Amino acid sequence: MTTKEDTTIATGQFGVYLIRHADDNLVLGQRLAEYVTRAPDLEEELAVANIALDHIGLATHLFTYAATLVDGDTSADDLAMLRSEREYSNVLLVEQPHDGFGDVMVRQFLFDAYQLLLWQALSTSGDSTLSGIAQRAEREATYHLRHSSNWLIRLGDGTSESHSRMQQSINRMWRFTGELFESDELDVAVAASGVGADPVELEGAWRACVADVIDEATLSIPEDPYQASGGRSGIHTEHLGPMLAEMQSLARSYPGLSW
Amino acid sequence: MVIGTTTRLEHATSLLERVVDPDLPFLSIADIAILRDVEVSDSGDVVVTITPTYSGCPALGVITEDIDATLIAGGFRSVTVEVSHSPAWTTEWMSDSAKAKLIENRIAPPDALLSVVPEILCPMCASDEISVLSEFGSTACKSLMVCTRCREPFDYFKAI
Repeated sequence: MTTKEDTTIATGQFGVYLIRHADDNLVLGQRLAEYVTRAPDLEEELAVANIALDHIGLATHLFTYAATLVDGDTSADDLAMLRSEREYSNVLLVEQPHDGFGDVMVRQFLFDAYQLLLWQALSTSGDSTLSGIAQRAEREATYHLRHSSNWLIRLGDGTSESHSRMQQSINRMWRFTGELFESDELDVAVAASGVGADPVELEGAWRACVADVIDEATLSIPEDPYQASGGRSGIHTEHLGPMLAEMQSLARSYPGLSW
Repeated sequence: MVIGTTTRLEHATSLLERVVDPDLPFLSIADIAILRDVEVSDSGDVVVTITPTYSGCPALGVITEDIDATLIAGGFRSVTVEVSHSPAWTTEWMSDSAKAKLIENRIAPPDALLSVVPEILCPMCASDEISVLSEFGSTACKSLMVCTRCREPFDYFKAI
């Protein structure tokens, strides 16, 4: 089914690369799902639930494909439900908890802008399965980014209260954005073999997109240069563990359970 | 033997016309282009290839089960459902008859993918005076619109 011909990257390593992006989407999907029933109005309930579904669905497709590439009898469910915090390779931004709608939308906006560029880059991947997944995800990310950008502008350029809360959210989330564009050996290897994308190359376009929206929203990019990182190598903030414990509790309490 | 396989393929294909999208039960999986390929071996084993629509569409599991159950009930011995991601599904594949069925069911069909000015018509009164109520609607594939002429809210099938 796949036409992965390039042999410069081992199949298992390509699977590990897919798992990174699956982890980003599953963790963000779970965070969004936590917010369902807490949105400010019915339309946002629908939006948050739908966007969560897109992220979780995307994670499912990526895990399912990755499970065929990594060693052993690992299933997509095993990857999602039986790996520990140290084994999760998502970026720190998506695991950050939210305190209100502003946090949810700022986290989403910063990530949507990144993911749109990522899927654009991966839509020409030399791996046909990944390029197919990316082409669809790119169109979905366009809807997600439009939605989160609109809220940034509406609330940033809203009342003094909404403005100050959005600025606080940006200040809180900004330190987790540098990591999105950190590149390691695996990123370089998948990019060189034509199946993946080097995140370093996405940074310029991301900064331009994010700066435009933040400017239109009359908000500002924090001057604090501190940036946290470590997610890709399994070093997470204290928030991922409790989230995974809740998400995985059913699968771990009843091993092999199915509906 | 060749004729037998062809007949079985036609039989399988006609059975699959009964398998619908559970969120849009007036559309078959062929109408909406989820169904990509059907193969029947001489021994009567069927391989059905489907492709997911929206990443977050939860209907894929149900559709897989329905394909299996429908073909087994129709006399096929074994059914394999494969999921293909490439080429990526797009609303561009939706047939004109599928779009007409959407309108009959008061859902505005997807616009052209790269249209600069979206052309969405109210499925009730065909007015183009439309405003967006909610970018995200009752399912992952729809937005909620309202016609400012007849004042009816309606679902719009998003173009992807």
